[in-house]
Amino acid sequence: MGLTEADWQAVWLTLRLATLTTLILLVLATPLAWWLAHTRSRLRHAIAAIVALPLVLPPTVLGFYLLLLMGPNGPVGELTQWLGIGTLAFTFTGLVIASVLYSLPFAVQPLQNAFESIGQRPFEVAATLRAGPWDRFLSIALPLARPGLLTACVLTFAHTIGEFGVILMIGGNIPGETKVLSIAIYDHVETLEYGRANLLAAGMLVFSFLVLLGVHLSNRRVRLYRL
Amino acid sequence: MNELLAQIRTRLGAFELDVELSAPAQGVTALFGRSGSGKTSLLRCIAGLQRAPGSRVQCGDEIWQQDALFVPPHRRAIGYVFQEPSLFAHLTVRGNLEYGWKRVRPDERRVRFEEVVAWLGLEALLDRRPNQLSGGQRQRVAIGRALLTSPRLLLMDEPLASLDLESKGEILPYLERLFAELKMPVLYVSHAPAEVMRLAQRLILLEEGKVRAAGELNDLLTDPNLPLAHLDEAGAVIEARVEEHDEEYHLTYLQTSGGRLTLSKSNLPVGAVSRVRVLARDVSLTLTQPEQTSISNILPARIVGIAEDRDPAQLLVQLDLAGSRLLSRITRRSAASLGIGVGMEVFAQVKSVALMA
Repeated sequence: MGLTEADWQAVWLTLRLATLTTLILLVLATPLAWWLAHTRSRLRHAIAAIVALPLVLPPTVLGFYLLLLMGPNGPVGELTQWLGIGTLAFTFTGLVIASVLYSLPFAVQPLQNAFESIGQRPFEVAATLRAGPWDRFLSIALPLARPGLLTACVLTFAHTIGEFGVILMIGGNIPGETKVLSIAIYDHVETLEYGRANLLAAGMLVFSFLVLLGVHLSNRRVRLYRL
Repeated sequence: MNELLAQIRTRLGAFELDVELSAPAQGVTALFGRSGSGKTSLLRCIAGLQRAPGSRVQCGDEIWQQDALFVPPHRRAIGYVFQEPSLFAHLTVRGNLEYGWKRVRPDERRVRFEEVVAWLGLEALLDRRPNQLSGGQRQRVAIGRALLTSPRLLLMDEPLASLDLESKGEILPYLERLFAELKMPVLYVSHAPAEVMRLAQRLILLEEGKVRAAGELNDLLTDPNLPLAHLDEAGAVIEARVEEHDEEYHLTYLQTSGGRLTLSKSNLPVGAVSRVRVLARDVSLTLTQPEQTSISNILPARIVGIAEDRDPAQLLVQLDLAGSRLLSRITRRSAASLGIGVGMEVFAQVKSVALMA
């Protein structure tokens, strides 16, 4: 018994969603984590709390508000309609936006920890060795934060793949558009197709295990942050 | 020439730093003082790692800070050696050495890569990682890394303080040879008298953020009014040239500006110049030249200063030996019975002399 075409579609959709989310978050979370690690602004506590919200909020709460925001009567929805791209709810783009928000702490926190653990000294040394601010970031901060960078990628990717509640709220169950793996598994269980559910679920289990194993082997310093 | 001139005024919490200093274009100027006297802050302000508005820093014809002008550290031609070697963990020794080297324009490089590697004996270490090096080796790499930026000023913040005794012993000869080669001012922060006596030519004494005294090393070491003369290991450090070896008695004769000194045979070659250390407690005074004595170093001297010691039974006497200064620690009772006073001609009996190399 192999995967049906619909199942494969769900697998590819999930991988696309997780990859895109990870790439976008790398770009967004790196400067945010750098700022949180170095700023003395009082705003940082509020920002850190907001970043961490998805860790404690039930996904349905996040999904609910995103649905309101992106729906036809929400401010984001009205904006996107005015721009002529319709509403984002129940679209793949909507899913990407929701995933980025939902996985934000999984990208920011490992990076922030990594940047903080470097301390000021290497940057001072680099400055006395003629490296300007950008140069220091690229030649010192990024290489020394490599374990954190890797952790951030893996956690974001894995977390996006495992997403369920937010997607159900904002994406629904549209094959090829928003029907990702976790929803597909849920669907199979609902219709008592335990065999097919098992196939997908076992595949995810093995995949997740291999990814984490790979990370640990390639970098023993990586610590998984408590979720 | 790259003479350093700095006026640093800054407030760090309750601590106030207010220092004016200069360092000649060549040679080691030690910043000496207890922890908390502001040595490290001073160095950081000169490097621009710490902001000190209202200060002024000039090295040669380059002004690094004055009024609204503030050149950031990466545009100052400094070499900075921190107390901990602080090597970049993600780079090999070669990568660390090349980090600053690559960031200096080739036409502004004044040292060759191989030359610095050879000075510091790093040839065999180039492909190693920092975590595979001993403490002394790491600090040698850190010094090389700083020198490879062709600095106009070398700042060293207690480079030996984080090392164990063995590593210190290993690195000191490198530093001595290096300082003899470098054509730039070196500011060397330390709170270890032995290091300063061995490496520095000039001394700036810091106390609670202010300059207590500044001048030639031996003038300050032997000034009975300064705290250095009150240390247990107080004494003079004078330049000496090996004059000849006496094989029969296994002795070496040294020529100093104050006269000839005799000590146990050294393995330095004839003509070598080194420093000798004469501890204050090893120098006693007589009014007439003793004729029957076991002490071999007896030199005519003139008393130039007398001060009380921390121990109320003792006095500190500063002596002038044709330009060289010595310090003698004698009891107050002996001083009274000899009737000594400033300006008197006496004989200094030196019980022991130590070569510092």
